Amino acid sequence: MLKKFKQGWQSLKTMLSKGWRFLTKPFHRLTQRLSNRQREAVVGYAFISIWLVGFIFLTAIPLIESFIFSFHQITIVGGEGIRLFFTGLTNYIRIFSTDLEFLSRLQRFIGEMIIFLPVMNILALMIAILLNRKFKFRGFFRAIFFLPVIITSGPVIAELLRQGAGTIPTLSESGIFEIIANGLPRFLSEPIQSLFTQIIFMLWFSGVQVVLYLAGLQKLDQSMYEAAQIDGANAWESFWKITLPSLRPMILVASIYTIVTLATFANNPIILLISNVMFDPNKGYGYASGLAWIYFLVIALLLLITTALINPKEKGYRVVKEYQRYKR
Amino acid sequence: MKAWFMRLPLTTWKRRLLGMKFTDGLIYQIVLYALLIIIGFVYLYPLLHMLSYSLKSLTDLLDPTINILPSSLYLQNFADALLVLEYGPLLLESLTVTLIPAVVQTGVASLIGYGFARFQFPLKKVWFALLLATYIIPPQVTMIPRYVLFFDLGILETVYAIIVPATFGQGIASAIFVLIFYQFYLMVPKALDEAAQLDGASRWTIYVKVAIPLSLPSFLTAFLFSFVWYWNETYLARLFLGNGGETLLIRLLNFVSAYNAVLGGGSNVANEAIRMAATLLIIAPLVMAYFILQRLFIEGIDKSGITGE
Repeated sequence: MLKKFKQGWQSLKTMLSKGWRFLTKPFHRLTQRLSNRQREAVVGYAFISIWLVGFIFLTAIPLIESFIFSFHQITIVGGEGIRLFFTGLTNYIRIFSTDLEFLSRLQRFIGEMIIFLPVMNILALMIAILLNRKFKFRGFFRAIFFLPVIITSGPVIAELLRQGAGTIPTLSESGIFEIIANGLPRFLSEPIQSLFTQIIFMLWFSGVQVVLYLAGLQKLDQSMYEAAQIDGANAWESFWKITLPSLRPMILVASIYTIVTLATFANNPIILLISNVMFDPNKGYGYASGLAWIYFLVIALLLLITTALINPKEKGYRVVKEYQRYKR
Repeated sequence: MKAWFMRLPLTTWKRRLLGMKFTDGLIYQIVLYALLIIIGFVYLYPLLHMLSYSLKSLTDLLDPTINILPSSLYLQNFADALLVLEYGPLLLESLTVTLIPAVVQTGVASLIGYGFARFQFPLKKVWFALLLATYIIPPQVTMIPRYVLFFDLGILETVYAIIVPATFGQGIASAIFVLIFYQFYLMVPKALDEAAQLDGASRWTIYVKVAIPLSLPSFLTAFLFSFVWYWNETYLARLFLGNGGETLLIRLLNFVSAYNAVLGGGSNVANEAIRMAATLLIIAPLVMAYFILQRLFIEGIDKSGITGE
């Protein structure tokens, strides 16, 4: 019985491999005629072909399509699919002149980003520096700081915020809110208030950044600190002159990660608005596409400004790299 | 008779408190642990809050003298939440719309990463730059045309609307996973490939028999993150699955109406305690998996090489 089963399995295997060879034969014959270099190109394209197809049909074309959609009024005819009516810039004019909800949400989003991005990065860097010390239970604490990455999702965060579990009770009772609300323009005071009510969630969203910084810190060359110490630098100075400049590329990666995560998080009021508008009979897909494109451009702009500000090729970083090359 | 702390000379005390270099002194240690414990508490506070509330009965909830510790362990909340969430069937459903895309995305990311890392071909840099660019394009821009496309293909409101993008490397954060594999395969010495080639192996055989076994740790990392991100994703899942499927998280989103439909009527209201129990039940599988596999998660990011260069 077992023998028969084995025989069957063997024949199945040979059949499969024969079939495979038959299928790939034209491909092999084709590649044999080419030079080594051309063959490599063909095989390389074969490997990435699945991504290429996906990129063209699921990202590039939809990207262009949604741009085209944003200049149309779109209706869905039952059974026939969608119909486009060209309306020119109407969608955009409507957005910028009448859609107060979107504009206020967008303004709030930008304000929050300006406050949250530095605060989250500084918190993450501080925690990473703390974790980089030698102490007992290091793995345990690291595990706790990373745990939120696993469980943060739209509905869970929404539930917790509803219960007021996102803030530390004593903080909100200390009257700090009134001071902030009275002392600052609304554009800034609102994000700062939400900073305090959402401080825990900012920590929750910085788990990946902590690990990124930790990895960066562990790659730093200890001899550089010793050299600085001999030259009379104290810990504070070596932090500003060595640690921070060497971490620049990491700061950039962490910032990009932060922006993208916050921008696409399921509770983000803007993206919620976009999906609601899609099914709004007065607005529809075209209008929603317009909103999405504006949002995309705003995020791209934020990313560009961040990249320019952090500028990983800045002088301090070059000095540190130069030292490392010299040492080698 | 001197007090006990006077018996040692002052210098010894100073050395104990401040240490030889300050960083090995007692004061430093105390401050370090205090900071760690405070920050750790802030991190865990929402979870503790959740646990404490989920065990409270209605009387405990209304009693202002009961703060963190409930008066008794009240498990009815969990029973109710299990019922309202339809935990069994929905867990299965969540797993299908999570596991399949995660597995597919991981495999495909490895294939693409290998292609970019191992071969030279024209326009490679352009494609790679575009690959990275897909990470920063918000899904909201492409989702409407994709929605229309999936509608035309007739796969809207089925699992395939989630699986198809994953298959073509356009799923959730696919670019990151490709990058993980790309970085890994760059580090694998080419001599291994050449040795296999001399033995007559084709490129595909080399990938299957040499590259994949070497990169199993990367596979695990990519799979774990892929799984977690697919599990936690609700925005696109709600749009593309529509009425065709409900995951546990989507059910949580509509918890109140679900509660009213199942247990509603009379004096029954979905109170905080039940909602917290439901939330806890939903994150439970992830938390358990995390505490078993946490090394892989964290060191995965470390080793993946996203961190460097």
